[in-house]
Amino acid sequence: MSNRLKRILVGIASANTVTVTVLAFVLAVVIGGILMILSDQQLLHEWGYVTSVPGDAFKDSWHKVADGYVAMFHGAIYDPSAKQAARPIENTIVNATPLVFAGLAVAVPFRAGLFNIGGQSQLIIGAVCATWVGFTFSLPLPLHVLLVIVAGMVGGGLVGGLIGLLKARFGAHEVISSIMLNNIALGVLAWLISTKAFHDPKRQDAISKPVKDSALLPHIHGSSPEINLSTLLAIVAVVAVWWLMSRSTLGFRLRAVGSNPDAAHTAGISVTRTQVYAMLIAGALMGLVAVTQVSGTLSASHAMTNTLDNGIGFTGITVALLGRGKPVGVALAALLFGALNAGGRVMEASTQPTVPHDVVTVLQAIIVVFVAAPLLVQEIFRLRDVRRDGSGAAPSVAPATAVDSAVEPVL
Amino acid sequence: MRLELRGITKTFGSVAANSAIDLTVEPGEIHCLLGENGAGKSTLMNILYGLLTPDSGEIVVDGEAREFRSPRDAIAAGIGMVHQHFMLVPVFTVAENLMLGHEDARGGPLGWLDRRRAKAEVAEVSARYGLPVDPDALVEDLPVGVQQRVEIVKALMRDAQVLILDEPTAVLTPQETEELFTVMRGLKAAGKSVVFITHKLREVRAVADRITVIRRGTVVGQADPGASARELASLMVGRDVRLVVEKEPRRPGEVALAVRGLSVTDDRGCLAVDDVSFDLHAGEVLGIAGVQGNGQTELVEAITGLRPAQGSAELHGQQLIGASPGKVLRMGLGHVPEDRRHDGLVPDFSIAENLVLDAAGQAPYGSALMLDLDAIAKNGADRLAEFDIRAESARTPAAALSGGNQQKVVVARALHRDPRLLIASQPTRGVDVGAMEFIHKRIIEQRDAGKPVLIVSTELDEITALSDRIAVMYRGRIVAVVPPDTSNEELGLLMAGSDPEDAAAAAESGAADVEAVDAVEADSADAVPGPRAASDEEASAEESSETADE
Amino acid sequence: MAVATIAAPAALAAPETDTRRYTAAAAQIAMGLVALFAFGLGSRTAHGADTTFGLTLLSKSGTHVPDWVFPARPAVVALALVCVLAGIARLAGRLSRTWRLASTSLVLFCFTFAFMAWSAADPKGGERLIIPSLLNSMVVAAVPLVLGALGGVVGERSGVVNVAIEGQLLFGGFMTALVGSATKNLFIGVVAGTLAGALMGLLLAVLAIRYLIEQVVLGVVLNLLALGVTGFLYKSLMQTNQSSYNSVTQFGTVRIPGLASIWVVGPVLFDQPLIIYLTVALVVLVHLGLFRTRWGLRTRAVGEHPAAADTVGIKVLRLRYGNVMLGGAFAGLGGAWLVGNVGNFTESMTNGKGFIALAAVIFGRWSPFGALAAAALFGFTDALANQTSSLQLPIPSDLLSTLPYVATLFAVAGLIGRVRAPAADGKPYVKG
Repeated sequence: MSNRLKRILVGIASANTVTVTVLAFVLAVVIGGILMILSDQQLLHEWGYVTSVPGDAFKDSWHKVADGYVAMFHGAIYDPSAKQAARPIENTIVNATPLVFAGLAVAVPFRAGLFNIGGQSQLIIGAVCATWVGFTFSLPLPLHVLLVIVAGMVGGGLVGGLIGLLKARFGAHEVISSIMLNNIALGVLAWLISTKAFHDPKRQDAISKPVKDSALLPHIHGSSPEINLSTLLAIVAVVAVWWLMSRSTLGFRLRAVGSNPDAAHTAGISVTRTQVYAMLIAGALMGLVAVTQVSGTLSASHAMTNTLDNGIGFTGITVALLGRGKPVGVALAALLFGALNAGGRVMEASTQPTVPHDVVTVLQAIIVVFVAAPLLVQEIFRLRDVRRDGSGAAPSVAPATAVDSAVEPVL
Repeated sequence: MRLELRGITKTFGSVAANSAIDLTVEPGEIHCLLGENGAGKSTLMNILYGLLTPDSGEIVVDGEAREFRSPRDAIAAGIGMVHQHFMLVPVFTVAENLMLGHEDARGGPLGWLDRRRAKAEVAEVSARYGLPVDPDALVEDLPVGVQQRVEIVKALMRDAQVLILDEPTAVLTPQETEELFTVMRGLKAAGKSVVFITHKLREVRAVADRITVIRRGTVVGQADPGASARELASLMVGRDVRLVVEKEPRRPGEVALAVRGLSVTDDRGCLAVDDVSFDLHAGEVLGIAGVQGNGQTELVEAITGLRPAQGSAELHGQQLIGASPGKVLRMGLGHVPEDRRHDGLVPDFSIAENLVLDAAGQAPYGSALMLDLDAIAKNGADRLAEFDIRAESARTPAAALSGGNQQKVVVARALHRDPRLLIASQPTRGVDVGAMEFIHKRIIEQRDAGKPVLIVSTELDEITALSDRIAVMYRGRIVAVVPPDTSNEELGLLMAGSDPEDAAAAAESGAADVEAVDAVEADSADAVPGPRAASDEEASAEESSETADE
Repeated sequence: MAVATIAAPAALAAPETDTRRYTAAAAQIAMGLVALFAFGLGSRTAHGADTTFGLTLLSKSGTHVPDWVFPARPAVVALALVCVLAGIARLAGRLSRTWRLASTSLVLFCFTFAFMAWSAADPKGGERLIIPSLLNSMVVAAVPLVLGALGGVVGERSGVVNVAIEGQLLFGGFMTALVGSATKNLFIGVVAGTLAGALMGLLLAVLAIRYLIEQVVLGVVLNLLALGVTGFLYKSLMQTNQSSYNSVTQFGTVRIPGLASIWVVGPVLFDQPLIIYLTVALVVLVHLGLFRTRWGLRTRAVGEHPAAADTVGIKVLRLRYGNVMLGGAFAGLGGAWLVGNVGNFTESMTNGKGFIALAAVIFGRWSPFGALAAAALFGFTDALANQTSSLQLPIPSDLLSTLPYVATLFAVAGLIGRVRAPAADGKPYVKG
C-alpha cells in the first residue's frame, strides 16, 4: 500500500469532524430503522417466531426500513417518478431556510459562551410584531415586506436582548430565564390571538388575522412549495454571521468572551455588553424565523396560531450543535435537517402502514448526541484517537482537553 | 512508618512529569521535597496519594509493595495529604468536612450521621496535637491558616503516619508559617513523618531534616539542611542563579501615578485595601511586597478598573478610579495580570489574536467595526521574534504554549502598547529561569525609558531585584516603604506586620539567622496559634500603618 | 433546624440590604394598592356584590358543606389594606429573617385571597369559586412537578444538571401506558414507567459523566429524543390499537379514615391516590437523606467539591451515576402519575411540565421542601387560572397562567433573593 493511500485511510479512520458526523448519521439511521421495526405489529409478530421461520422477519423488516428511507430520499432529494424532478430539493430548501436562521441564532451566542434556549420566546414575540405590522398597515409591496422583516427582527431582538440584559445586569442564568420567557411568550401569544386586536373575526378557532398580501415574502423560484425571499435572506445571514465572527471587531470580542471571559474583561472588553449584543443578534435571527413562518411558505394561513413556533427554537439548538457553531456548518446542518423534515413528510404520507414523521426528530436527536460525543463514536467504530495522531482537528463540541482522561472504568 | 518510592515514572502525552524517581521517607523525619514550579513535585505526591497511577515504579510501605488505586488505598496505608488548594467543602461545617468519607464507623444500616460523636472525635484529635478548630464553623468563613489546620486534623483523624504538605506556606504569613513549622515539629515528635513540598529555600533550611531536590521530573540530589542557600538554589534550577538584575541607578522623574486614600472591598465584601496612598514616579520601579492575600490583588484590580473602589488614583492627572478596564487601557495602561491562564490569555485564540486582545478595534489593528487581519498577523510575527516566543507560528493557539511562553505573550502585549504606566503582577510566576531573566530585562528597559512601573510579587527575591523602592503591604495597608537593599529578614518581618522600626532593629541585631527568629517566635507565643498572637499582629499593624501612609 | 441552614444560601442569613428592603416594601405596597383599586374598588365588587366560595368537592363523596358567602367589597378592601400596612411596616424597620418571611407570606396570601374573592364576586350571586376543586386541581397539577423537581434536586445536588426532566416524565408516562396496557395491570405499568425514567437518567448520566457532553445541551437533546421516540411509537402503535397499547385503569383513591373528613381540606389531602402520599413521603425521605445521612453528606460533597470528596476516598462518578438514575426514577414516577390520572398517554402530554419542574428546583433552592413549595405554588397558579377561566374575568386566564414563570424570572434575577447552585453543578469531574 502506498504511503499516500495509507495516509488517506488513516485520516478517514481517525475521529475527525467529517468522519464523526458521517458515522453519527449512519448510527442514527440504524437506530431509526430498529425503531421502525419495533413499531410495526406485523413485524413484531414475525419476530416472535423468528427461530422457526427466520426468512419472513428478516425480509419484511428489511423491506419496511428500506421503504421508509427510500420514501424519505424521494421526498428530500430526488424522486425518479415525480413529474418535477426539482420538487424534492425545493422542499428541502424551503424546510431548511428557517433552520438556518434558528441555527445561527443559537450558534452566535454559543460562541460568546451563552446557551440560547429561548428561541421559542424570541420567535413568538418576533412573530407577534411581524404579524401586527403585516395586517395593520397597507403599504406598497417592497416597503411592507421590509417593514415586516424589520418588525420581526426587532421583536425577536428585544426578547433576546432582555435575556442578555437579565444576565448582564442581574446575573440571571440565561437558560432559566429563557425557559421562563418561553412559557410567558406562549401565554402572551395565546392571549393575544384571542383578543379583538389580533383574532381573525372570520374564524372560530384561535388564529390571528392573516398578514396582507403586500406583506408576503416575494416568491423566487418554484410553485408549491415556493422558494421565496427568505432563502436569499438565509444565505445573506450565513455570510453576515461568517463576517461577524471572523472579520469584525464585535465578533473578536464575542469569541474572546466565549473562550475566557476573565481574560476578555481584563483586556478591557465589556463582557456584559458583548453578551447582550450576542443575544440581540440571536433574537433578531429568531425574528427572521418568525417572518418565514407568518409571511412565508410554510404556514398556509399566513397568520399566528398557538403552535406557530413548531419547535424550531429547539431544533435550532441541534442544528447549531451539528454545525459546530460555524456559519457554513450551520447552513449544511440546516440543509440536512431540512431534507429529513421534507423527506419525513413524504415518508409519512406514502408508506403503508404509516411510518410517522416523528422518526425524523429521533434521527436528529441521535445524530446530535453522537456528534456531541465523538468519543462514543470512536468507541463504537474503534477509530484512532485523532489527537494522538495529530492528523486533524478534534471535534469541538466536547471539551477536548478533558476527553482523554475521562476514559476510566466507572460502572 | 517507612515509606519508599522506587523508580516512579509518569508521563503526560510526551512530557515526562516524573522519571524514575526514588525517594525514602524515614519514620519521624521532616523530609523536604524542593523544586521549582513545574518540577514534578505535585505529580509525585498525587501518585503517592492514589490520585494518579504511575506508568511504572512501585510504592513500598514498611518493606511491602503497595498499589494505590485511589486515595482510599493511600489513606488506608497511613498516608495523609494537605493539598495546595484545600480539599474542603466550603459550605460544610468543619465537623462535616472531617467526617466526610469515613462516616461509616458511626453510621448504622441507614447511614445516619452521628454528628455528636464526630464532634467529640474532632475535639479529641485537635486537643491531642494542639490544633484547635471549631467543629461548628463553616469552612468558607475561616481564614486560610485555620482551613489548613482543618486539613491537617482531617489527615490525623484518618491515622495518617506520613503527612504530605503540598506548598503549604504559599498562602501563609511568615508568622503563620512559623506556627505551621511548630506543628510539623510536634508531629515529628509524635513519631509521624512529614513530607514538606516547597520551592522556598529559607523554609527548607528552617525545618527540614533531609532534603531531596527535584528538577524536571528527576531527583537531582540530596542535601542536608546545613547546605547553603546558593548550593540548594543551583541544585534546584540546574545552574548558578543570579537573582540580581543588572540595572542603572534610577533617575526618577515627576510623579506619574498618584494614589490617594484608596479603599477596596473584596468579593466577600471585606475591606481588602484600606486607605492606601502612594506615589509612583516616572522612570521608577515600585515593588509591592507582601504575603499573598494582603490586598495586593485588589489594589491592582482597583487601579486597572477591574474592581470598584473608593479614593483616587491619578495617572498624569487623569482619574483612573471609576473608569472601565477598557478606558484605563486606553489611557495608556500596560497590564500583566497576576494569573495568565485565568486573566491573561484566551486559550482558543492564536498568539497573534491574544497579542491584540486589549487593542481589538483600535488602530492599527482595525476599526470599531472591522479587524485588520494583516496588521494583526504582522504584529504577531514581529512580537514572536522580538520576545523569542517559542511557537511554530503566530497562528498557534495560546493553549498549546508552555507556561513560560504564555507569560511572554502576556508581557509582550503589555509592553508593546508603549504604556504610560506598566503594572505587572507576578510577572514571572511559573516560568523557567531563562524566561525570568528575559522578562526582568524588558521590565527594566521600560523603567529606563522613563516609564512608571509597578511590580507586585510574592517572591521577595524578585521584588528586591527589580525595585527601586519597595512598599510592603500587610492586611490591606502599606506598612512601610523601604529601599531595595533592605534585608530579606527585615522585609519578612514587615510582611508579617511588625512595626517598621522594630523590624529594622530585629533584623540588625543578628536575627538574620532563621533559627533566632524561631526563638523569638517561641518566646512571644509559646503554645502555637493562640488568639494572643493574632491580636498582637493586629495591634502592631495598626500602629505601623499610620507611619506608612505618607 | 441546624442542618437546613447549611443548605440555605449564605445571602439569606445576611441582614437585608436597604435596597432590597425598599424594593420588597414597595412591591408589597404596590400589591396592596392593586388589590385595593383594581379588586376592592373595581366594578366587579360594586353594587353590594357577594363573594361565593363553594366548599364541597363535587367529584368526591363526603359531607356536604354549605357555600361560604360574604360581602365582597369590605373583605377585599380589608385584605388590600393588610398588604399596604405590611409594606409600610417593612419600610419602617429592619426585620429578622423569620419576620421577613412572615411578612412576604402574609402579603402573598392576602393578595391571592383578595383576588379570589374579587373573581368570585357577583351582584347576582351566580358566580362561585369552588375552593376544594381549586385545591384538588392544584394537588393534581403539582404531583408531577414535585416528582420531577425531586429528580432534579437529587441529580443537581451531586453535580449533574438535569434539563431532561421533561423527557423523563414523557418517557415514564409512555412506558406506564404501554406496559400497563399490555399487562392489563396499572401497578406493573407504574413500575415500568419508573424504571423507564431511571433508564433515561442512566442515558443522561453516561453521556454527561463518561462522554462529557455539555449537560444543558444534552438535556435539551434528550428531551427531543424522548419527544421523537414517544411521538413515533404513539402514532404507529398506540393510535392504531388504543385498547391493547394505550388504555390503563385510572388510579383509585385511598381514603385515610378520620383525616379525610376534615372540613374542606380533608377530601383534598386525604382521599387521594397512593402516589400522592408516596410523593409527600419521598419529599420527606429525600430531605432526611440529604441532610441526615451518609449518602446525603457524600452527595452534597460531590456536588460542591468533587475533588475533595475524591481525596477522602468517595467514588464520585459512581455516586453521580446512582443519583442521576434515582432522579430519573422519580421523574418517571411523575410521568406515570400523568398517565394513571387520566387513563392513557397522549403525544407530548407533559407539555413543558419538566421545564417547570426545573424552575421549581431552582426556585426551591435545590432543597426537597423548597421544591415542594415551589411546585405547589406553580400548581396553585395553574389551578387558579383554570378555575377562574369560566368566571369572565377582565384578566385573561392565559396571562394569569404565566404568573409562575414571571415569579421565577424575578427569582433568578435576584429580585426575590439570590439563589446559589451547588458549586460543581453541571461540571464534569475529571481526575488529575
